[in-house]
Amino acid sequence: MATSATVSAPRSGGRSFVQRLRSGDEIARLITLAFATSILLVTVALVYELWVTSALPRQKFGLSFLTSSSWDPVSGQFGALPFIYGTVITSAIALFIAVPIGVGAAIFLAELAPARISSAFTFFIELLAAVPSVIYGLLAIFTLVPLMRDYVEPFLRKTLGFLPIFSGNIYGYGYLTAGVILAVMTLPFIISISREALLEVPTEQREAALALGATRWESTWQAVVPWARLGIFGSIFLALARALGETMAVTMVIGNDPTIHASLFAPGYAIAPIIANEFTEATGDLYLQSLVGLALVLFFLTVVINALARLLIIATTRRGSAHP
Amino acid sequence: MKKSNLWLGVFAALAILLAVAQAKVLINAAGATFPYPIYGKWFEEFTKVDPDAQINYQSIGSGGGIRQFTENTVDFGASDMPMTDEQIGKVKNKPLHFPSVLGGLVPTYNIPGVTQELKFTPAALAGIYLGKIKKWNDPELTNANPGAKLPANEILVVHRSDGSGTTFVWTDYLAKVSPEWKSKVGVNSSVSWPVGLGGKGNEGVSGIVKQTPNSIGYVELIYALQNKMAYGMVRNSSGTYLKADLDSVTQAAAATATTMPADFRVSITNPSGKNAYPISSFTWLLIPSKIDDPAKKKAIVTFLHWMLTDGQKFAGSLGYAPLPKEVVAKEEKQIALIK
Repeated sequence: MATSATVSAPRSGGRSFVQRLRSGDEIARLITLAFATSILLVTVALVYELWVTSALPRQKFGLSFLTSSSWDPVSGQFGALPFIYGTVITSAIALFIAVPIGVGAAIFLAELAPARISSAFTFFIELLAAVPSVIYGLLAIFTLVPLMRDYVEPFLRKTLGFLPIFSGNIYGYGYLTAGVILAVMTLPFIISISREALLEVPTEQREAALALGATRWESTWQAVVPWARLGIFGSIFLALARALGETMAVTMVIGNDPTIHASLFAPGYAIAPIIANEFTEATGDLYLQSLVGLALVLFFLTVVINALARLLIIATTRRGSAHP
Repeated sequence: MKKSNLWLGVFAALAILLAVAQAKVLINAAGATFPYPIYGKWFEEFTKVDPDAQINYQSIGSGGGIRQFTENTVDFGASDMPMTDEQIGKVKNKPLHFPSVLGGLVPTYNIPGVTQELKFTPAALAGIYLGKIKKWNDPELTNANPGAKLPANEILVVHRSDGSGTTFVWTDYLAKVSPEWKSKVGVNSSVSWPVGLGGKGNEGVSGIVKQTPNSIGYVELIYALQNKMAYGMVRNSSGTYLKADLDSVTQAAAATATTMPADFRVSITNPSGKNAYPISSFTWLLIPSKIDDPAKKKAIVTFLHWMLTDGQKFAGSLGYAPLPKEVVAKEEKQIALIK
């Protein structure tokens, strides 16, 4: 705090602390600082609490907690690998589907569609974001699962069956279905934030490109989209965060089988669903603390994936474009 | 004049509130979700019997009920599984187990072209859940169901994904009828399943079964009755195929009443009676053996007496099997142990 006060001193023109307090600037600064710090404190407290209440599995299993794929409450063997795998795979499928569709839709709505249609569309898309996840889960059980089981997955197996990820038994419940429902759930975030970012791009940017003889699409793709890149990446982060932590909808369609399968058709498991499933009835300290340990793993997984994504942005932003 | 009247009114109101607050005995309880509908009904009806007692029940799951009981944050707990010796060892104020009602589990299935009720032998259920019986036309199934056209399709096994007393009873039954299940998988509210998909809750399991051809799952009898689901018969230890109903579940408890241990921590799956349904279980109230607050003690004791007599009459209409009179008589004696 002391350092930040000295840093801000030259900015306020050498006035004394009391003067600044009187003028209200310092009060505003202190209040907002307190708010910002409180967020940090909550995060630190969260990690501390998760760390402390997952000490038993750390002592007993050590790092093998992360690499073991046995989850057996009866014999007291707990390993996180199948859950980590499921969380990463389903989120990856979700982004693989949602990013092209979402960014494409955002480009259409921001750049190409008439304003009235664009705002009507946006209203419905934002409505989708407000639907509770248990509703998506129910929809998935009753419509998506039969659809995947009877049409999509047999088709994939027939055409791409030579790949191990598209082979094996088809149940309708599994990684792929969970990924698809996550894609549907994350789309509204990608579309509405990317659209906002694209709308923020100054008109001059488009005009300049058009004046240089670019077509409408060339101006959109080469002048507007790179300018809005940060906002678009931001929307993808938010979508990723939602996909990693989504619980109800995934639980309802992933099949809840703590085994790692190569096939995307096979039932699997993810971190958030197993915590939701087993926490209430978990008896015994080791079992309970292993579930808390999984929560900690999910937290770090989110941090690591976000950090990697941010590095990716830094790398791509340095390389190109006149972005500010 | 006006002002003093107002003050008088306020004082009177405060005095009444205070008197009411003092007279009301607030009792907090938490635990199993399976019996929540009847517990909710009981605690509401009980206020008519003892207007001073108010019991607040949170259905957070059996594990949570045991935990809260152990940490002494509730006045009593409730669980679908009896506490283990290890769990009891951690509690200062030892629990008394009071069976409250009974529930049964039924196999439910979806096989295209099969409309009649299937009969399941214990070996068939264990084989299917171990992944050893893979197809519906396995001899273990066709021999028991000579009239049914069982297809050569692969069986899709469905189990509960959430930790649940239901799974505890199901695995307890399978462990009793199959030594292989006992050694390979074991008994718990969550286990490492050899095969199958997991559905969350009764609704999750029945949803998957309804949606997926050639599947089999297990749900609580009360859930199957309320949703008018079809379910199969199970052969009991005396060789009779029984379709679960409230009476055959109560019979399971009656059949074990004479051999039941004094603390009621007993599994009644696979009992010996001729009309006893084999996959049945008690659900228990966990009452501390020593209750310091005399008002709370009086209220809880009154409640237990009421639950064992008048309270049992509510069970049937809500889909729970009532306790047999042999068990009620034994429980009445246990109430005297509350200090």
